[in-house]
Amino acid sequence: MKFGIQVNEGPYTHESSISALNFVRAALDAGHEIFRVFFYHDGVNNGTRYTTPPQDDKNIVAEWSKLAKEHNLDLVVCVAAAQRRGIVDEGEQQRNGKDGNNIADGFRISGLGQLIEAGIQSDRLVVFGD
Amino acid sequence: MSDVKKFCFLNRKAPYGTVYAWESLEVVLISAAFDQDVSLVFADDGVYQLVKGQDTTGLGIKNFSPTYSALGDYDIKKIYIEKESLDARGLTLDDLQHLTWEDENEDWAEKDSIMVVEKAELAKILESQDVLLSF
Amino acid sequence: MSNLHIVNKSSYDRNSLETCLRLADKGGEVLLFEDGVYGAIKGGVKAKLIEDAMSNLTFYVLGPDVKARGLDEGRLIDGIKVVDYSGFVELTVKNDKVTSWL
Repeated sequence: MKFGIQVNEGPYTHESSISALNFVRAALDAGHEIFRVFFYHDGVNNGTRYTTPPQDDKNIVAEWSKLAKEHNLDLVVCVAAAQRRGIVDEGEQQRNGKDGNNIADGFRISGLGQLIEAGIQSDRLVVFGD
Repeated sequence: MSDVKKFCFLNRKAPYGTVYAWESLEVVLISAAFDQDVSLVFADDGVYQLVKGQDTTGLGIKNFSPTYSALGDYDIKKIYIEKESLDARGLTLDDLQHLTWEDENEDWAEKDSIMVVEKAELAKILESQDVLLSF
Repeated sequence: MSNLHIVNKSSYDRNSLETCLRLADKGGEVLLFEDGVYGAIKGGVKAKLIEDAMSNLTFYVLGPDVKARGLDEGRLIDGIKVVDYSGFVELTVKNDKVTSWL
């Protein structure tokens, strides 16, 4: 089966991102395909490379990046939500005159159409949120 | 094989206290470009999103409620409100915006987009969907 | 068509489970996870929500979330099945779609 995943919350305040990460891992272990993970609302905060959680705590952003690399996952951060919350890649940095960017490895910024497309192309869409 | 799926946007949160109402509306508008069979469901505090007469000037934030009236122009015309949620909150259809769409098959006759439905009927509507997005 | 309903909030905190059960069609399945697992504990006033719905819906709870919260599986409402994440995935495959009651 092809899964589309929507993550509505950031890495630490809610359990959503962890639940999504664990679900994605289990789906991959079972031989399913992850069509896309789409990060919306505060979920875009999963896409910053500047988090420094304590050593004995889970590094959620790094885990998403690692999973993306190992399984060639498409992790998409919504551009409109990212602009509101300050998640920036090089393109956005230049377009909006910012002095830096912070997107984490394995994530890309794109439009809401990617979420709709995930709903169309996937066999199942699972939403993790608050 | 048809690529048209029944997309349902489930709205259960009030506007302004959180961003979900506005950001979910942004997804709805984008979905119009994909020619899917779109329905909006408002239940629980989600019914407050459609209350008319919203005035945010005192808060200094954007009043996004006029956007709902554009849904008909985007061919989004299936808007279901749960009757039990309205009743529980002491609201009636009169408290809500009057949302319409124009039926090109009937000489552009203006029709109501909002349908107030009881829970049993809404359960059937939800059951018939292909993809459900929650915010 | 069958629907997997997933509920991640405690029924003592939010109305998510209550609304889910009001709008879930007969024959559906419900998975409680994250804080939603608290609704699956027997003896609490909200347990009745699930007990009354068990003739129409099948209930599951996510084991890792139960354990994380120090809850014993013996305290779950009778008839609720415990699944792990692979079971969660199976439930989404087995049903036609997933509805999140946030």
